[in-house]
Amino acid sequence: MTTVIEAEGLTKRFGATQALAGVDISADRGQVLALLGPNGAGKTTIVRILATLLKPDDGSARVSGYDVLSEAVEVRQLIALTGQYASLDEELTGTENLIMICRLLGFTRPAARARAAELLERFGLTAAAGRALKTYSGGMRRRLDIAASLVGEPEVLFLDEPTTGLDPRARLQMWDTIREVVAGGATVLLTTQYLDEADELADRIAVIDHGLVVASGTPGELKARTGSQTLALRATDQARTLQAADVVAEVTGERPEISADTGLVTATIGDPAIVPAVVRRLDDAGIVAAELTLRLPSLDEVFLNLTGHHAENDDLERDRSVA
Amino acid sequence: MTMQLTPTTGPGVTAAPASAPPRAALRHRIGFGQTLANGLTLAWRNIMQLKHSPEKLLDVTLMPVVFLVLFLYVFGGAVAGSTHSYLELLLPGLVGQMAIFATMGLGTALCEDIHKGVFDRFRSLPIARSAPLIGTVLGDTVRFCVVMIVLTGFGCALGFRFHTGPLDILAAYGLAYVFYLAMCWVSALVGLVAPSPETVQGLSFIWFMPLVFGSSVLLSNTSTMPGWLQAWVKINPVTDLADAVRALTIGGPMGSHALMTLAWAAGIVVVAFPAAMRLYRRKV
Repeated sequence: MTTVIEAEGLTKRFGATQALAGVDISADRGQVLALLGPNGAGKTTIVRILATLLKPDDGSARVSGYDVLSEAVEVRQLIALTGQYASLDEELTGTENLIMICRLLGFTRPAARARAAELLERFGLTAAAGRALKTYSGGMRRRLDIAASLVGEPEVLFLDEPTTGLDPRARLQMWDTIREVVAGGATVLLTTQYLDEADELADRIAVIDHGLVVASGTPGELKARTGSQTLALRATDQARTLQAADVVAEVTGERPEISADTGLVTATIGDPAIVPAVVRRLDDAGIVAAELTLRLPSLDEVFLNLTGHHAENDDLERDRSVA
Repeated sequence: MTMQLTPTTGPGVTAAPASAPPRAALRHRIGFGQTLANGLTLAWRNIMQLKHSPEKLLDVTLMPVVFLVLFLYVFGGAVAGSTHSYLELLLPGLVGQMAIFATMGLGTALCEDIHKGVFDRFRSLPIARSAPLIGTVLGDTVRFCVVMIVLTGFGCALGFRFHTGPLDILAAYGLAYVFYLAMCWVSALVGLVAPSPETVQGLSFIWFMPLVFGSSVLLSNTSTMPGWLQAWVKINPVTDLADAVRALTIGGPMGSHALMTLAWAAGIVVVAFPAAMRLYRRKV
């Protein structure tokens, strides 16, 4: 396996905020690496450094062995970036946008036209090809954005929050698109706030918090550390919430989280076979469950497990600070 | 404009479709030819934007009409005795003035552009860093053409007549274009300095008004002005441009005006282009 993306000790400070506090990540050829974390964790900053858009204060990063600082021109020939916000021209049509990228990458005029048509077809955008990008839906925009990223057949593709703001159907479509790109052999680094997305798409996940990698591994390894699933329980009678929590504590051996507002009792569990035991005990105690579900832990729960604190969203990532 | 590339293969390099140029041994520098090619592609982008929203050309379409009518009928009689004789003086002057007016939108557009996602993509592509700037300036040539065509066409409709040959006339507009290109970099500089697109126009007016109105654009006789203003008008390059265009369109002594205009244009580019590039690099 060849290491395609490698970063060591990246730090970056924006004014008073330490965006990155020494980040090490690496990804092998053909892998999908997901950076998982809340807004403001530093994900976008990492992507912007790797994509040669931002200089780190300290540390180094290489893509396919080329240094992102001293060999930025080489790196740019190997990568493509799909940013968090539409990284195409709003006023041009789908076709014009793709032709523009093709021409910038050295395609002849006829070759650019052909490639644009081919990509629009592949991403199901042929019908919208002649419309200005600003009339596209969120899902169509992202697809065109990825199409534009594939013009130059990049070895490494950076996808910054590719599904943020998409409706569930568009999100599933985007997942399919990303899988297709990966099947084509590219190495993909994507950022996400959703554990299920990282779980679905990534070979490796790096959990980012306050500018640090707080955990990394395969989705399986991470789940083994955080508990693979979350049990959520709510008693019909809110007065019996504490009793319900006691039952869960008894079965799982750990104190569950209790939400005072909703009466929801949540606990991470490693073994789904625990559920019938919980049900039996509840029945014995005469507690009727209004809600009893087993689901993947949310990002917040993963964070709680890994870092001991809740995921905090702040808006640092939206500051498009000066390089 | 195709890059000369030789193919490499390797794991992870997907087979390029027949239409794509093959992947190169990676280059370390972007050459001048490619910079120009990239700039032209991005100029095409700006022109396509204008094609989709022609209303963006409204200012350069209406400005010459409004200015010509206002100045001609407000000042005409008082300054030159009749509107007809003033038109001969005014139109070539306005050619100089409009060459600067036409650069005004550029700073705002650039300032807006830089904060959009599309610039992130440009910067992550293996293209010259300066290409988006060069593209913006070259694409704006459309605005220059529109302003000059409307000004000249409307001026002729009001009774303006050229007294010189086609080569001289061509030289007049060529000179205005050269000066316009130089001033584009000043406008770009303002667009890069301004903290937000809304402030660009305000900042532009500060350098713009004394340059455009403290000149011989509206009158060729400056003897009634106070000494300090005469001195300013004399060194103002817009005076040279206006007088050179007059000589090339309605005849009269050329003196050193054309040469001075070219020298100013060269001087402005030498200072403003690297400054704009520096700021741009730092900003994006």
